[in-house]
Amino acid sequence: MATRTPPETAADRPPGPASGRAGRPPAPEKARRGRKSATAGTGRMAALLVSPTLLVLTVVVLYPTIMALRESLYGTKGLDPKTGFISDTEPFVGLQNYTDIFGEAGERFWNAFWNTTFFTVVTVGLETVIGVAMALIMHKAFSGRALIRASILIPWAVPTAISGLLWRWIFNSDGIANALIGHQILWTTEGFHAKVAVIIAEVWKTAPFIGLLVLAGLQVIPREVYEAARMDGASPLRQFWHITLPLVKPALLVAVLFRCLDALRMFDLPYLLVGAQKSSVETLSMLAQNEASNVRFGPAAAYAVALFVYVLLIALGFVRLLGADVVGDAGGPGRKKRRWASKRNRVEVPA
Amino acid sequence: MLVAAGLVLTACGSSDDSSSSGASKSPSFSGRGPITFAAAKDSSGVVQKVIDGWNKQHPKEKVTFVQLPSDVNQQRQQMIQNAETKSDAYTVLSLDAVWTSEFAAHQWIDQLPAAQFPLDKMLKPVVETTKYRDHLYAVPQSSDGGMLYYRSDLLKKAGVSAAPTTWAEMQAACAKVEKLPEAKGMSCYAGQFQKYEGLTVNFSEAVNSAGGVVTDAGGKPDVDTPAAKKGLDFLVDSFKDGTIPKEAITYQEEEGRQAFQSGKLIFLRNWPYVYSLAEKSKVAGKFTVAPLPGLTGAGSSTLGGHNVALSSFAKNKATALDFIKYFTNHDSATTFLKEGSAAPPYADLYDDQALAKQYPYLPVLKKSILNAVPRPRVVQYGDVSSAIQQEAYAALNGDKSSTQALKDLQEALQKLSAQ
Repeated sequence: MATRTPPETAADRPPGPASGRAGRPPAPEKARRGRKSATAGTGRMAALLVSPTLLVLTVVVLYPTIMALRESLYGTKGLDPKTGFISDTEPFVGLQNYTDIFGEAGERFWNAFWNTTFFTVVTVGLETVIGVAMALIMHKAFSGRALIRASILIPWAVPTAISGLLWRWIFNSDGIANALIGHQILWTTEGFHAKVAVIIAEVWKTAPFIGLLVLAGLQVIPREVYEAARMDGASPLRQFWHITLPLVKPALLVAVLFRCLDALRMFDLPYLLVGAQKSSVETLSMLAQNEASNVRFGPAAAYAVALFVYVLLIALGFVRLLGADVVGDAGGPGRKKRRWASKRNRVEVPA
Repeated sequence: MLVAAGLVLTACGSSDDSSSSGASKSPSFSGRGPITFAAAKDSSGVVQKVIDGWNKQHPKEKVTFVQLPSDVNQQRQQMIQNAETKSDAYTVLSLDAVWTSEFAAHQWIDQLPAAQFPLDKMLKPVVETTKYRDHLYAVPQSSDGGMLYYRSDLLKKAGVSAAPTTWAEMQAACAKVEKLPEAKGMSCYAGQFQKYEGLTVNFSEAVNSAGGVVTDAGGKPDVDTPAAKKGLDFLVDSFKDGTIPKEAITYQEEEGRQAFQSGKLIFLRNWPYVYSLAEKSKVAGKFTVAPLPGLTGAGSSTLGGHNVALSSFAKNKATALDFIKYFTNHDSATTFLKEGSAAPPYADLYDDQALAKQYPYLPVLKKSILNAVPRPRVVQYGDVSSAIQQEAYAALNGDKSSTQALKDLQEALQKLSAQ
């Protein structure tokens, strides 16, 4: 496979005859030309073209979020002992659903919170290590590489619900897992072994995802860099630490971020593999679902909002502290913001 | 997709507060026209067949079958979603017997005119599951009761002639059978002990079979009693002494059935559906059924089954009422028994000689249902069941003593019934 020069490296090179040919440098000029001819008409046109997207986003994202926030301020309907009927409206309780988390009813919430955090840290950690190893293997040229690549990707292709059932068979009381270790562990009962079962199944399923993204990152590293390193006598380990890892970091960070956000929302795997209402594996999503299924929509919404905030904080932390480049823009955050601001002005001023 | 779109639309529609309570206390059952019937996915096709029969006679009042997921929790969730959005997508609902109170208390289903249904011809415990505060809210469609499956061949060989009626007799029979060379590696008994609804069923059966109750006739929890402790202790001790194999703590219906079919169990508590499947397995002809054993005599099963109810938010309720009558009549029940092997609510069908020949378990099942105790009939059944599972599981696991578990359960149930 021919090694293509990534645009980033091309731009970093000293300006030569080759660098102006394609890629980034001419792009700003084009943009500037476009901006010059921007008139009130095109601005209105842009607003018109964007509005369906905004409308869809409002309906699909904004409306449910606001409804969930609103719902989380309501309590559960009460039973009228005289008629035997549940009242028609939910009482407004303000922030009580949230303060309850810190009160006596919070035990289950915090258990779910720590389970979620534990699963995220452990599974993403293991997945990263295994995923990078998979990517390195897939990147190596050897015979049968296509087969290895395809087989590594199979777990990611299997839907979680199916792999949950699959692993339930494996962790059955007389399943393969117990036959392999020659000792009967009842994996799907309560306890630390239930956590282990979930972690194994989750890592099996999602390490290929990290492998896939890292492989994409590996393939844009120019081969000359390694050749130069080899000339300088760098050991393979040194090459990995000082070339591969830094150059693959943008792709790896995005992969880890995506996995973190996914793992924080983990629901179907523990639900199918170990079962509902098992305190050793109950995650925040499972808790919210359980509350909602018992017609306590207020607390369920509050838990969902808490999870939403938690996920948001983690994502923000990634973008701010680690500089994960989610949008695919190599520029710094300042440049990103400025461009976004100017775009917004262009839409808003004429409209 | 259409249903989903309908849900979204009605969700938007109901957000303005002008819509008043959909459930009136004296429903009028007016309007004729097409309706829908929402029930679990029907693998045998018999539900569609019965509906087709109606559609042929009533071309202007066609019934469309809305198939819900086969998972019970998902069925309930979809029906609640339908009710919460006051959607008229589902007209007639097929409810699990334990949901009646919850659906009635939320006014998601209409009260039905009891005089218009042949309830006196049905088994009494089954009819009881359709009532909430003495008013009829659903009509029985099918029933279900637990039975004791056992290896009659091994019992005969070991010289045990009759099926055990008490737990002690069962254990004595096991002791004899286990001495046989064929019974090497077999365990005595199993039920459903994984932490899910099945555990609620098995725990309640143990308690009821020892003369205890989970909730008394008035619906008040009364589980911290010596009788209930004897029931729970039977399960706990059986796990300890190996009467129940320790992997049975992970068993749901299917795992238990497979263990029985592969010859690992002498006795198994399970539902009637197992009979026809086991007939096609390795143990075919080597097993039979008996009523569940108890502490001092015959035990009591927990009652299962499905009832048909009318959604409060539906249109064309006059048609719906007629359809419910048709769907739950004697002929339909016979069809469900013959083609879907569903236990009928009608008493006389169990005594039919021709049917008993075809379904040898029917007389045992009738006894099981007549002796059956419904699960707690409470509005917050989901929470009650969770509490039972929580404490029973802790006791079976050895995390708690049975005394402590029952004490905690009583406390939890009291808190729930106070709300």
